Amino acid sequence: MSVLILIELNGSEVSSNSRAAITAATQLSDKIDALVLTDDSANAASVASLDSINNVKVIADSKLEHVSVGVASKLVAEVMADYKYLLSGSSTYSKNILPRVGALLDVQPISDVCEIKSNNTFVRPLYAGNIMATVESSDDTIVMTIRATAFEHSGDGGSAAVEELSLPIPEQKSNFISIQESQSERPELTTADRIVSGGRGLGSKENFALIDQLADKLDAAVGASRAAVDAGFISNDYQVGQTGKVVAPNLYLAVGISGAIQHLAGMKDSQVIVVINNDPDAPMARMADLVWQTDLFGALKELNDHSL
Amino acid sequence: MERESIEYDVVVVGGGPSGLASACKLKQLNQNLSVCLLEKGSEIGSHIISGAVFEPETLFALFPEEASNCPTLNTAVKRDDVYFLAGNKKSIKVPSWLTPKGLHNNGNYIISLGELCQWIGERAVELGVDIFPGFPAQNYLLDKNGRVCGIATGDMGLDKQGNQKGTWTPGMDIYAKQTIFAEGSRGHLGKQLIREFNLDENKTPQHFAIGFKEIWEVDTDQHSPGDVLHTIGWPLNKGTSGGGFLYHFSDNRIAVGLIVDLNYNNPYHSPFQEFQQYKQHPKIKQFLEFGKRVSYGARAITKGGLHSLVKMDFDGGIIIGCDAGTLNPGKIKGSHCALQSGILAAEYINKVLNEEVCDFDDMFKSSALYKELHKARNFSSALHKFGFYGGSIYNFIESNIFRNKLPFEIKDDKQDCDSLKPSKDSKIKSYAAPDNVLSFDITSSLFLSGTNHEEDQPVHLKLTDAKIPLDYNLEKYDEPAQRYCPAGVYEIIEKDGSDYFQINAPNCLHCKTCDIKDPAQNITWTPPQGGGGPNYISM
Amino acid sequence: MKIIIPIKRVLDPYTQARVNKQTQLVDLTNAKMSMNPFCEIAVEEALKIKESGAASETIAVSIGSEKTIDTLRTALAMGVDRAIFVKTDSELDLQPLHLGKILANIVKREEAQLVIMGKQAVDNDNNQTGQILSGLLDYSLGTFISKFQLSDDGKSVEVYREIDSGIETRQLNLPAIVTVDLRLNEPRYASLPNIMKARSKPLETIEISSFNIDISPRVKVISVKESGTKDRASKQVQSAEELFAELIQLGVL
Repeated sequence: MSVLILIELNGSEVSSNSRAAITAATQLSDKIDALVLTDDSANAASVASLDSINNVKVIADSKLEHVSVGVASKLVAEVMADYKYLLSGSSTYSKNILPRVGALLDVQPISDVCEIKSNNTFVRPLYAGNIMATVESSDDTIVMTIRATAFEHSGDGGSAAVEELSLPIPEQKSNFISIQESQSERPELTTADRIVSGGRGLGSKENFALIDQLADKLDAAVGASRAAVDAGFISNDYQVGQTGKVVAPNLYLAVGISGAIQHLAGMKDSQVIVVINNDPDAPMARMADLVWQTDLFGALKELNDHSL
Repeated sequence: MERESIEYDVVVVGGGPSGLASACKLKQLNQNLSVCLLEKGSEIGSHIISGAVFEPETLFALFPEEASNCPTLNTAVKRDDVYFLAGNKKSIKVPSWLTPKGLHNNGNYIISLGELCQWIGERAVELGVDIFPGFPAQNYLLDKNGRVCGIATGDMGLDKQGNQKGTWTPGMDIYAKQTIFAEGSRGHLGKQLIREFNLDENKTPQHFAIGFKEIWEVDTDQHSPGDVLHTIGWPLNKGTSGGGFLYHFSDNRIAVGLIVDLNYNNPYHSPFQEFQQYKQHPKIKQFLEFGKRVSYGARAITKGGLHSLVKMDFDGGIIIGCDAGTLNPGKIKGSHCALQSGILAAEYINKVLNEEVCDFDDMFKSSALYKELHKARNFSSALHKFGFYGGSIYNFIESNIFRNKLPFEIKDDKQDCDSLKPSKDSKIKSYAAPDNVLSFDITSSLFLSGTNHEEDQPVHLKLTDAKIPLDYNLEKYDEPAQRYCPAGVYEIIEKDGSDYFQINAPNCLHCKTCDIKDPAQNITWTPPQGGGGPNYISM
Repeated sequence: MKIIIPIKRVLDPYTQARVNKQTQLVDLTNAKMSMNPFCEIAVEEALKIKESGAASETIAVSIGSEKTIDTLRTALAMGVDRAIFVKTDSELDLQPLHLGKILANIVKREEAQLVIMGKQAVDNDNNQTGQILSGLLDYSLGTFISKFQLSDDGKSVEVYREIDSGIETRQLNLPAIVTVDLRLNEPRYASLPNIMKARSKPLETIEISSFNIDISPRVKVISVKESGTKDRASKQVQSAEELFAELIQLGVL
């Protein structure tokens, strides 16, 4: 009943979603191996020191830098011969590769698992998270991506054996040309770890600038409620909600937002929600982990002036 | 891209019961006619909302073979009670012999009018009607003789300022030998046609109500399919007439609603809040408190009856159903009347197209619909005229003792937009905060209506004079739009330190109340880009 | 070059998905259904390629019950040349692996060089079908596409992929499968004249049974529930200092 985890590396560092996948794997088995596809076997060092990993299997080849999904999925499928489960943290990396591995193994993959109920029963979101489904797999091999926000991120402290596999690298049908890393001037709303969001309570476009200032200070993206967009404080690219962007950052800081249900639907899965508002009855406050009921401008000024 | 045009024998505007019935009947009468039907909702039924207790006879007349298979006709009325709510706790059962005859529901069904329209829509397609949902008729077309000769759909892909976006797609002109307007209560084209052809000449001003409805899913213990409950009294009171309903229909669903006449006089009155309060009455609460609210909606109701029914035919077309005002106020039922008016219109138009000599007025006056409306002609004006209690007594006497055969007429000449008293002479009403069990706020309610509009498009609620909301309405009436709108479209907010009249057009439920009730008659409802508006399911 | 655009009919994204108390399933009775928004983007891109002269034919494919034809008609009204409707008996719970196998058959039959499809359907949110299809056919794959450019020789495409770390540019050899993301384009409307014209465009119906594919579900849905918004235990703070201290404590700052 052993588990193979496809590790996603950012340079030589293990991604946080891979760490969540390890936590999920510990609920399935204590025989957990990690698989790393890399251009440089030195990158496997950080994987070997992860908690709960028995063996680290490394396929290292210069061709694997920016490898095509076709090649990656063939390699992973080949290694999977010895395993019951294939797990990876949900990301564009794993979502690209794992379903294609599923096709090669004739397995129906399971996306974005949020809870492990038993060795073949899992909970996953449907309809943008509005519905949670409990699903049961009848496949002999189970392939799934693990939602990083639903599991703790496993730490370091292990010392796994590292085994370098020498598999022939198939020819690839797509070629890497370039990557333009996201400029971190201000994070993109849908992928940001932190969001500072402003509502109509701010009263004017000029006051909305205080939100921008706070966002820059916290290295956060800027969001807005529909009311703020409708009032012309900010363009509708920034609208969070059912009809705007659906977000789930680690920190969602809402300033002057009363919390129309459409807005709540767009951010309810945020990990920590902070509400700064002068209305204690606003629906938003019920959703919050932290509430600061105060004058908005005083609060924004204080937050912007306070040194971190 | 060029604006294109096409020609049909008949174009029908609106996919409600009257429009669908007319389209079906036309194809039954002459299957060679080319008939198209435009519906502004994204699907047939998505803008339909009604109680609804339904008299099925007309449906059987239209579809003798198939009507018994209509899935929404699955809950026959079993029990039929009327209660007078005397305050927020007490209720008194009105004995059956005391309730006006029109409110008896033997042989009727509790249905979803939305589901009924979907079903008739399927029949229409089978009969060969071209149905185009998601395309509102924006204007009607006149030929050089001033005769209606079709309609035009609006452009899509315009931004807030009205400029063409990359996705801009021009509308289309649809020419027709005859055009049937069946837009429902206060149709925006109907309103213009009535003016253009003086269709309301010598008629009493039309009267409207706003009807709210929610569907709740309840446990089997709270549900007895076929039970009909009507209430009068609380929370409405002197100066505000109307009534409530609670119907147990199929699949453990309860329809609950409140009808508030729009001739109320206190500008602080909030029909939405009254409805939310209504559900707190023990008589209503007992069925809902462990249930789950699944939908919400609101719509204006045309309820003036025969005295206000406009002249329906004009050169090139006809206006039918609630667009014209065919609802029977004595029964508070409009669906079967709408179907009848549709059938009648189809019979008339078929004759016109065959160049037979015929007069619509004669056809109407000899119809069952006319007979029915004539009986109920004094019902709602009596309520308006004599107040709630006096009007009720009058209606009882007329309908139960004289069997609606009294020879005189009662008319109410005051328009609903003229009934408000200035705010300084009115009592401020305060409403309890929502408990989120039985009563809710507007935004969470709206969410359940599924209303949605492309946000970057011109505001479809037009102000004739942008200054009136603040300079006149706010001054004199504390801008009642803030309260009569069931969708929170209109708000007075503070922007850059001063009052600002905010129009949240994407919230709109297409109920038309603003177009009716604005004391300055300064708001004109126009159709937004096609497909916008509520997405009612089974309402 | 033929382009295949697999599309899906889903609960309208602006309609609230809810669980029916009686059936304990997501309630689709009488609900508004639409073309999956990512599929609309795929259709738009295919039409643009056709309009540029680089494609000979665009073919929309959908799999489902009779009502799925409505969605195919929408694609035809947007401008797709013809449609293939794979008819299923009832509302079968077809999964991406099944869909991939059916589509692979059709892609081979049509000898299509390019498949453009949505990155995911907004009902099941699987984000799998394109990847699975590419695996079954062993074609090159580009997921999360926000820009698409066919090479001059018509043998490859250059795509931008919106991945977590930024935007990756890749060159895919044809035949290829691409799955599209939101920013690729803004889909056109199906205009009324085009809806009328779409009625006479070819639509071929194929029974699912003719594919001889095992369509028994591999992953069964046991139960569904609404996640709803949950009330949280709100803690009051009184100052910026206190707020920042709490956030650091919670590990989000």
